[in-house]
Amino acid sequence: MFYLIKNFTLFSFIALYASLSQAELTIQITKGSEKAMPIAIVPFGGQAGQTAIPVDIAEVVDNDLNRSGYFNTLPRKDMLTKPTTPEEVRFRNWQVLGQDYLVIGQVIPEGGRYNINFQLFDVYKNEQMLGYRMTVPSNELRKSAHHISDLIFEKLIGKKGDFSGRIAYVTVNKEPNGRKKYNLEVADADGYGPRTVAASYEPVMSPAWSPDGRMLAYVSFESKASAIYVQVLATGKRTRVAYFPGINGAPAWSPDGSKLALTLSKDGSPDIFTLDLSSRSLTKLSTGYSIDTEPVWSPDGKHIVFTSDRGGKPQLYMMPARGGQVKRLTFDGAYNAGASFSSDGSSLAMVHGNKGDYRIAVMDMGSRTINVLTGGPLDDAPSFSPNGTKILYATKQGGRTVLSVVSIDGRMQQKLVLNSGEVREPAWSP
Amino acid sequence: MKLNQSVLALAIMAALLTGCSSDDETATDFMDGTQGGTADASLSGYGDGSGISGSETYGSGSGSGYGSGSAEYPNAFLGSEFSDPSNPLSKSTIYFMFDSSQVQQDFIPVIAAHAQYLVSHPTRRLTLEGHADERGSSEYNIALGEQRAKSVARMMKVQGVSESQLQIVSYGEEKPAVDGHDESAYQLNRRVELLYQGQ
Repeated sequence: MFYLIKNFTLFSFIALYASLSQAELTIQITKGSEKAMPIAIVPFGGQAGQTAIPVDIAEVVDNDLNRSGYFNTLPRKDMLTKPTTPEEVRFRNWQVLGQDYLVIGQVIPEGGRYNINFQLFDVYKNEQMLGYRMTVPSNELRKSAHHISDLIFEKLIGKKGDFSGRIAYVTVNKEPNGRKKYNLEVADADGYGPRTVAASYEPVMSPAWSPDGRMLAYVSFESKASAIYVQVLATGKRTRVAYFPGINGAPAWSPDGSKLALTLSKDGSPDIFTLDLSSRSLTKLSTGYSIDTEPVWSPDGKHIVFTSDRGGKPQLYMMPARGGQVKRLTFDGAYNAGASFSSDGSSLAMVHGNKGDYRIAVMDMGSRTINVLTGGPLDDAPSFSPNGTKILYATKQGGRTVLSVVSIDGRMQQKLVLNSGEVREPAWSP
Repeated sequence: MKLNQSVLALAIMAALLTGCSSDDETATDFMDGTQGGTADASLSGYGDGSGISGSETYGSGSGSGYGSGSAEYPNAFLGSEFSDPSNPLSKSTIYFMFDSSQVQQDFIPVIAAHAQYLVSHPTRRLTLEGHADERGSSEYNIALGEQRAKSVARMMKVQGVSESQLQIVSYGEEKPAVDGHDESAYQLNRRVELLYQGQ
C-alpha cells in the first residue's frame, strides 16, 4: 500500500456555488448544411408591447433550428410581412420567398407570467401542422423557446429535438499569478446561461450526467489525489463516493441511475468496477495487469464498453455489465479510446488516433464499421446529443481548447468558444 | 555496463538496510469514502437558488503544495545536494517516450540517486507525480501517468526503498509543465516529478 495523505487541513478547498459564470460560450457556425429545409420564424406578437418581454422567443427558435443543420431559416429583413395570428397569414407571401414552413406566435404577459402560443404551417399545403399554448414564468421563457424548437423539430424531422438539453464542461483559466483555476460549469446546449457547479485550484475532470439530468458525477483532485463526487445540481449537495488509493476515475452512470461504473487502481493496475450507489458495494469487472478504463454502459444496461491496452495499444472492448467474457470492438487504427454511446445504442463515438493524429469517429454497432467525422489533429472527449444527431467534443483552435459540435452525417459543424481560457471535457445531458 | 553495476551496488546496499525501514504505520491510512459511508458534509455546495457570492474559498498554499522550493530545484529545502547541478539528486523529473511508461537509460542514475537517499533517510517520503501529454483521451492519460510513476517506484523499491516512503498520484494531462501544443511541449509534459514531502 502506498502512503496517502490523510490530513484534511492540508487540502486545498473546492468552492461550489451557483452564481452565473463570467465565462461565456459563443457559437461560431463553421460548416452549414446545403440540404437544409427553408423555414421562416416570424417575430412573435406582443414582443414590442408596453411591457418589455425579456426573451425574443422567435430568435431563440430561429437560432436553434438554424444550428441544427436540418433547417435554413429566413432572415427577418427578408420577410415581406410579419403575421402574428393565423388570420394574418398569406401563404403566397412565403411561397414566393421559397419557404416550405412558417412559424408564427404571440407572447402575452398576464399577472407576472406569460401566455405563449405558436403555430407551424406547411406553406404549400396551406395548412397548420402544429399549434400549442403554454403559460410560463419569465425565468422559463428561454426554456419554453427551446421546447418550441423541440416540438417543431420532432414534427418535421421525425426525431426528438435536443434543444432543451444542457452541457457540462470544465474551464481552465490561468490567473495573473500563474495558478490555474479549474471550473466545472453547466450551460444550456446553445452555451447560454453558464453556471459554475464546482471550482478548484486542483484539476476537475470527467463530468458525467445522471440519467435523470439532476446530478453530475465528476473527478476532483482537491485532496491532492483523485476522488469521485456525485453532486445534486439543484441543491449543490454532494457526496464523495470513491476515494481509494490510486486512481478514482472515469465515472459513468448505469441507465437506471442505481450504479456508477468507474476506474480504480487500488488493486494495482487500473480496473473497471461498478459501485452500487445505495449500498456502496463495489464489484470488480476487469482484472489483469493492463490499463482498463473509461467504462460506458450500453443504453440497455446489459454491456459495458471500455478502453484497454491489453492488446498493446489502447482499443475498445466490450463485456457484460456483470462482468464476464471480454470482446474486442475496434481494430482500425493504433488508438481507439474514450467511447460514448448514442441514446439508442446503435452508434459508439470514440477518439480515433493514428500516428499522433486524433479525430472523432463513430462505429455502427450493427456492422462494426468506423466512420471518421472530424479533421483532428487533437480532438477528444466525444459526447452524443440526446437524440443522437450530433456529437459534442473538445478540439484545438488557434492553440486553445474549444468545444465543437458536428452532426453525425458530417453536414453541420459549429464551435463553442469561451471568451477566455480553455474549455474541455464536455458532456451533453440526457 | 556501468549503469547496471551502480543499480546492483545499490540493490546490495539496500538489502543490507532493509531492516531500517520501519516507518510503515501509515501504510493503510487512506481515506475511503465508501467504507465510512460519509457524505462530505463540510464541502456541501450551493445550488440553483442560493447563489452566495463571495463564498468562494480556496486553499492558501502554493499551486503545487509541496513547499516553496524553486521550480527548477523543488527539493532544494532538503540540502545543497538537491540544487547542485553536478549532483543527480538535483534532477527531479524523469521524462518518457510517447505512450510509454518504460524508464529510459539516461534517467536510471537519477532514480538510483534518489533511491539511495531514501534508503539512507528512511523517514523521508517522496511523492511520485505521473503526467502525460495532452494527446488522446484524458482518463487513459491518467492511467498512463500512473504507470509511469509506478515504473519509477518499482525501480526504487528494487533498490531497497520502503513502499511506505513512496506516494503515487497521477494527474494525466491535467497539469502540463508547458502549455504548448507541439512535440517540444509534449516531451516536457510526459514525465514523473519526484517531490519530497515536508520541509
